[in-house]
Amino acid sequence: MEGYNFAYLDEQTKRMIRRAILKAVAIPGHQIPFASREMPLPSGWGTGGIQVTAAILGPDDVLKVIDQGADDTTNAVSIRGFFARTAGAATTTRTQEASIIQTRHRIPETKLQAGQIIVYQVPMPEPLYRLEPSRATAARMHAIADYGAMHVKLYEEITRFGRVALSYDYPVMANERYLMSPSPIPAFDNPKLDMSPALQLFGAGREKRIYALPPFTRVRSLDFEDHPFHPGRANAVCALCGAEDSYLDEIVADDQGAKMFVCSDTDYCDTRRGETR
Amino acid sequence: MAYVAVKGGEAAIEAAHSWAAEQRRGDPALPALMVEQIASQLGRAVDRVMAEGGLYDPVLAALAIKQAQGDLIEAAFLVRAYRATLPRLVDAEPVDTGAMRPIRRISAVFKDLPGGQRLGPTADYTHRLLDFGLDDAPPSAPQAEASGAVMPCVTDFLGAEALLEPDGGEATGGAPTDLTMEPLDFPAPRDVRLQALARGDEGFLLALGYSTQRGYGHNHPFVGELRVGEVAVTLVPPELGFAIEIGDITLTECQMVNQFTGSKAAPPQFTRGYGLCFGHADRKAIAMSLVDRAMRAVELGEEVKAPAQDVEFVLSHCDNIEATGFVEHLKLPHHVDFQSELETIRAMRKEAEDGRL
Repeated sequence: MEGYNFAYLDEQTKRMIRRAILKAVAIPGHQIPFASREMPLPSGWGTGGIQVTAAILGPDDVLKVIDQGADDTTNAVSIRGFFARTAGAATTTRTQEASIIQTRHRIPETKLQAGQIIVYQVPMPEPLYRLEPSRATAARMHAIADYGAMHVKLYEEITRFGRVALSYDYPVMANERYLMSPSPIPAFDNPKLDMSPALQLFGAGREKRIYALPPFTRVRSLDFEDHPFHPGRANAVCALCGAEDSYLDEIVADDQGAKMFVCSDTDYCDTRRGETR
Repeated sequence: MAYVAVKGGEAAIEAAHSWAAEQRRGDPALPALMVEQIASQLGRAVDRVMAEGGLYDPVLAALAIKQAQGDLIEAAFLVRAYRATLPRLVDAEPVDTGAMRPIRRISAVFKDLPGGQRLGPTADYTHRLLDFGLDDAPPSAPQAEASGAVMPCVTDFLGAEALLEPDGGEATGGAPTDLTMEPLDFPAPRDVRLQALARGDEGFLLALGYSTQRGYGHNHPFVGELRVGEVAVTLVPPELGFAIEIGDITLTECQMVNQFTGSKAAPPQFTRGYGLCFGHADRKAIAMSLVDRAMRAVELGEEVKAPAQDVEFVLSHCDNIEATGFVEHLKLPHHVDFQSELETIRAMRKEAEDGRL
């Protein structure tokens, strides 16, 4: 785009972000502060993910952008358009064909491969923020791995509700060292974080933090021996492709209470229907 | 059963943007606003957008105001995003507000003072009555000979008696941190705090400053001096090695003087709160100086018990561009998370109904 550098950000800013990414990869799950820039999209709308993607995107990359699992949600369309415009990036909706996948709130159903990079948009990188609003204090808790408060929170939920009442943004331990927010993906997606062959990068623009999971990092969702982690999904099959293993969106079909369930991952659903058709 | 299309698409977004553009233009029978008109007639709006956008450029700010249909936070966002793409060639020298030729300079702590009280262009003492004949016959302002009198900062002659603490507060030594190039981190030194406040949301600072006056971190403020005027911006090009002036910018500066009875950390004296912002913005500068002083509580050995004194709270929430983005992102689709909450609530209700708890 005229008047702007390739992929929008200037090269000095990209270098600064890449340095933060390298640090983040070296210490899985540890939040690295970075001098987040104002982007032409509002903060809270994926500016962290966009900056990470802009810093790693090259002319040969193929980019996929999803929001809520779908390629055609408004914000995914907007961000894909941003990189098509500012970097002339090749884009795809096929998970397998993408070299970089930027996502908000989901991990694709199709297993990611070695060599792929998934970039998560993160609203609140600090997993302790509901328990400790001061980021300075939370940083000290991370430094000494003081995660008792989070375990107590989960324990209290089990005693009150019989189960952990968290259903998304379910906290994980990265490499058994840092408590980490997986971003607001449904708990259903948490197991996909574990030992993924893909590089996983997390960008939080407004909060100015980057963190990462290098390929094949152990990622454990917090739980107890007698209350093992339980990734939930609607007890239904996709009305379009019949998938029994995918995360489902509940679609309200009329005002009589009728509803149907369809895959949240549109590429997964389309691919399955193409195959069975 | 048909699949109810809940997801947006490219065509819908484009149509929405065209509609917004049409709405922005308004009635095509009326002439379009010129950017120059906004810059020259909506000065306070332009000043606010320059301050919160962090870029001194009245024409760009006016363009942003026009493009944003007068939504000043959106306009500041447009300016801020543009600013982030500009290369940083060289840092200017610190501006000298003492050398300012003020168009307005008032002190609330002295009846008269060297250089005099100068009201300048202000609506302070007008009656707020709608003027139905506005612009029919604007009165011409009286003219006077420019006086070359220097106007020393009030705080300088208060400081001479050592009743006022020295300027600077927590000196960090060396070059100040640049908030636009370094992430905000805590504890934040005063240079970082002042930078954040200077481009912080006027409404947020106003409310916080007001809260200190109502007892939430009260700090006995007096406006030592409020001045508005142009200062020269100078820089030292590396190839020249000496300072050259590159232009003038209008600033509003507030030196708040706060009574202080002393603590373990400091003797009884007057302490300072400082406000400085682009353009003519009394409200912003005064509010900023109140909040700056409130955030010095720890340094001065005061108990931190009010929101305005909590540095992390104030700085993390004063940026309206971050705030508006995150607050408004709630309108983005969240159905995946909501679905997981539905399943959890259903499971919890079932367990409760089954009497397992």
